[in-house]
Amino acid sequence: MTTAVERSAAAPVSGIEPARAAARRPPAEEARRPLWHRVLFIAALVGAAVIFMLPFVWLVSASLRPREYVFAPGFLPTPFSPENYAEAWQAVPLLTWFGNSVVVGVAAAAAVTLSSAWVAFGFAYFRFPGRNVLFGLVLATMMLPFAVTMIPTYLIWSKLGLTDTQVPLWAGNLFGSAFYIFLLRQFLLALPREYFEAARMDGASYPQLFWKLAFPLIRPALLVAFVFEFKASWTDLLKPLIYLRNEQLYTLPRGLKVVLDRFGYGGEQQWEIVLAGSVLATVPMIILFFLAQRHFVEGIATTGRKG
Amino acid sequence: MATVTAPAPGRRRRTPLARREARWAYLFLAPWIIGFLIFYAGPMVASLWLSFTEYDVINPPEYNGLDNYRELMSDPAVARSLGNTVYYTALHVPLVMLISLGLALLLKRVGRLQGFFRTVFYLPVMTPAVAVGILFLLLLNTQDGLINRALGLVGIDGPSWTTDPHWVMPGIILMSLWSLGSTVIIYLAALQNVPRDLYEAASIDGAGPWARFRAVTLPMISGALFFTLIVNTIASLQMFTEVYTMYFGNRETQNTFNSDAASFYVIHLFQEAFQFLHMGFASAMAWLLFAIILVITLAQVKLSNRFVYYEGEDQ
Repeated sequence: MTTAVERSAAAPVSGIEPARAAARRPPAEEARRPLWHRVLFIAALVGAAVIFMLPFVWLVSASLRPREYVFAPGFLPTPFSPENYAEAWQAVPLLTWFGNSVVVGVAAAAAVTLSSAWVAFGFAYFRFPGRNVLFGLVLATMMLPFAVTMIPTYLIWSKLGLTDTQVPLWAGNLFGSAFYIFLLRQFLLALPREYFEAARMDGASYPQLFWKLAFPLIRPALLVAFVFEFKASWTDLLKPLIYLRNEQLYTLPRGLKVVLDRFGYGGEQQWEIVLAGSVLATVPMIILFFLAQRHFVEGIATTGRKG
Repeated sequence: MATVTAPAPGRRRRTPLARREARWAYLFLAPWIIGFLIFYAGPMVASLWLSFTEYDVINPPEYNGLDNYRELMSDPAVARSLGNTVYYTALHVPLVMLISLGLALLLKRVGRLQGFFRTVFYLPVMTPAVAVGILFLLLLNTQDGLINRALGLVGIDGPSWTTDPHWVMPGIILMSLWSLGSTVIIYLAALQNVPRDLYEAASIDGAGPWARFRAVTLPMISGALFFTLIVNTIASLQMFTEVYTMYFGNRETQNTFNSDAASFYVIHLFQEAFQFLHMGFASAMAWLLFAIILVITLAQVKLSNRFVYYEGEDQ
């Protein structure tokens, strides 16, 4: 499961702070380099970029070719066969899986963002006995491999009769998550305390401080948490593998695995269906990245989280 | 640690107000504390106990002492999956760090187009791991895959990446390198935080590009290097989704292809738990993994104390 890995991945490190545009090398300095140096530099950069992009190009192009042309040389979708997508649509309940992924992703992301912000406010605003020990414990949970808690957690959901429902895929997020608590606490600590003291003087309650004052002020950080968790949920295979039996409940990655097993290897080698499904699972993440690019980059750069 | 403590509220004694504040504080912390007990503390105790039992979910757990751990030490399938995982980690982590650093150094010099190229290197990270597995299963195809086609262009007869047991792991490592974008972004952020006057001072002292890299860049980004070393190590010891997608979960693929060669520790653990219902044995496997991760991480921390430079620590 990617999320467990990613959660264990976050920790504060000195030297990792948001990239600052001001630190960039001014163009004049670039121009002083010898020509061959600059040519080499551009060749390396463009070459690397092409290598990283070619798998995408091939994926999209091959998904638009007829079955017998999937492995044809070249990067153009010729002959053109957009019917693959309709075919995939008919072969498996792609739309249902897509909807499931959206519902589970939004539930998981909203739950973890709200609860983590609530808890983070507790750590950032109050001074109370045991605070540092508890916060240390929060951070320590990030070290624990998912495998250790995986089986008993499954037994809990099973005792509650909630296996083969989507509840286990997001409900654990209602209790906050270490990485996001850490991230949001950092943002809350950066807010001037006078804001809160002034609101207290005016008679605001603590939940009001959180909801009316802190919450709007850390909106960028809340978005970071939301998009990260949505992505983690959207790409997760392990939890759906453990909890879901009914195909109608599958999320896209779980469904995609079925598509691969049924139509790819061991099946009838209908790779065009497998590829169309892969593109459909990937495109929303690409769009999400372009919509929330700033938040992804900021999130990784400020916390050193592995996306 | 970059943590900052909240400013002192200005009163030292436990006044009624302070006590009321503490009550509210625990109310704010309550969701996490409850979640910790249900999803961490409880399961850890349960998992440790299960690791000393035989448990198939249907019948109640049966205490069997150290049997699981003894079996763990002698089971060739466990040894193979652990060996594969360590092999993968030993190659994946240094390669990711080296290539990411190279790409970050290139990116640092890009002017206006930096955002564009950063996106190019990061987009593979956004791709769902199942899709990555599927994509590389096809890219690594022996006859028609893009990778062997490319190798063919330079006259190399590409290996059978997905079917030859000796080449399965290199193929997986190759795939893993495609998704190194977050490490690149971490390094880029660290590189851009190196104060420019340090380079200028080094230049005045007559340092060439290599000397500047050794004496300024490396120490200044050693925190980021160390962090990615730990994070990538922990992550790769728990590799699951891409490889499971490619080689497991389907009886036919598992028989057709040599899945032994692609067996990773967490995949084997998952199968023991949820396919063979050896919950006790799988729990023991999980604790061994935890122990391995702890030992490796502690060793890396010890090592880092000698190499990592933290700003503000030296005076």
